[in-house]
Amino acid sequence: MAEITTLHYLVVAAALFVLGVIGVLTRRNVVIVLMSIELILNAVNLNLVAFSRMWGNLHGQLFAVFIVVDAAAEAAAGLGILIAFFRNKETINVDEIDLLKW
Amino acid sequence: MNPALNTAVNAGMAPVATPWFFYVLAGLAVASGVAVITRRNAVHSALALIVTLLSVAGLYLMLYAPFVAGVQIIVYAGGIMVLFLFVIMLVNVERASKDRRFNRIWPVGLAAACALLALFGSALVKGKTVLTDPVTGKALWPDPIGKLAEGSNTQQIAAMLYGEAGKMGQYTFAFEIASLLLLVAILGAVIMTKKKI
Repeated sequence: MAEITTLHYLVVAAALFVLGVIGVLTRRNVVIVLMSIELILNAVNLNLVAFSRMWGNLHGQLFAVFIVVDAAAEAAAGLGILIAFFRNKETINVDEIDLLKW
Repeated sequence: MNPALNTAVNAGMAPVATPWFFYVLAGLAVASGVAVITRRNAVHSALALIVTLLSVAGLYLMLYAPFVAGVQIIVYAGGIMVLFLFVIMLVNVERASKDRRFNRIWPVGLAAACALLALFGSALVKGKTVLTDPVTGKALWPDPIGKLAEGSNTQQIAAMLYGEAGKMGQYTFAFEIASLLLLVAILGAVIMTKKKI
């Protein structure tokens, strides 16, 4: 088999990113929407680390670490909002979260 | 990484990074990514996401990024996913698992995602063939893979993050901002989740 190049990693990352976008746009369960966002962030991280390897320096890996920090903050805040919402409306479906719609 | 291994890698004799490993890890990551967005039960989705995260950690190892791989396993698979599983247990899974899985407008979302995939595909193809460095005229992309940095990966990341020999590192300020962000996230999560403050 041929050598694995940066392009291979980019293709995997693009696939993961698109899967995450599909999850965000089509699923009803908010928890799974948040998990799809994690998929998207992982795709970005994979790209950053692959480019870091390609250029032979560590800046991409530093960026990846910062994105992991960001993902942790996003998960904590998002799940906090979710619990507060569930306490009020007894649902976690995206299409029933319409308090601001009318 | 020791110098002997480094030269071996730069000479093209990558010792661990066999293509077979790459294809297995990539296939595992994508397959469990599909499982994440299609499973009816949210717990199954979370478990599939853990498999994806571990496969991506394996890909990081193949890219000689052991620190990021460790962070991925400890923080993502260990920390964030436990948080997710807790919340899945708190909100009721029973009703949610009997509901419809997808929005009414799911075809629109799927079409948008397919358009995005086409965009990525064309960007990858174009970037591979067209993009060249305006100064040197060489292809910007992506081969040959660059030399590995000398020395230990984690040590170098620490030097860039915290600085060395009494000087501030390149990313020290960003690191402090990140800790502030985490503090705000903790406070926000606690305040939003509490019934009465």
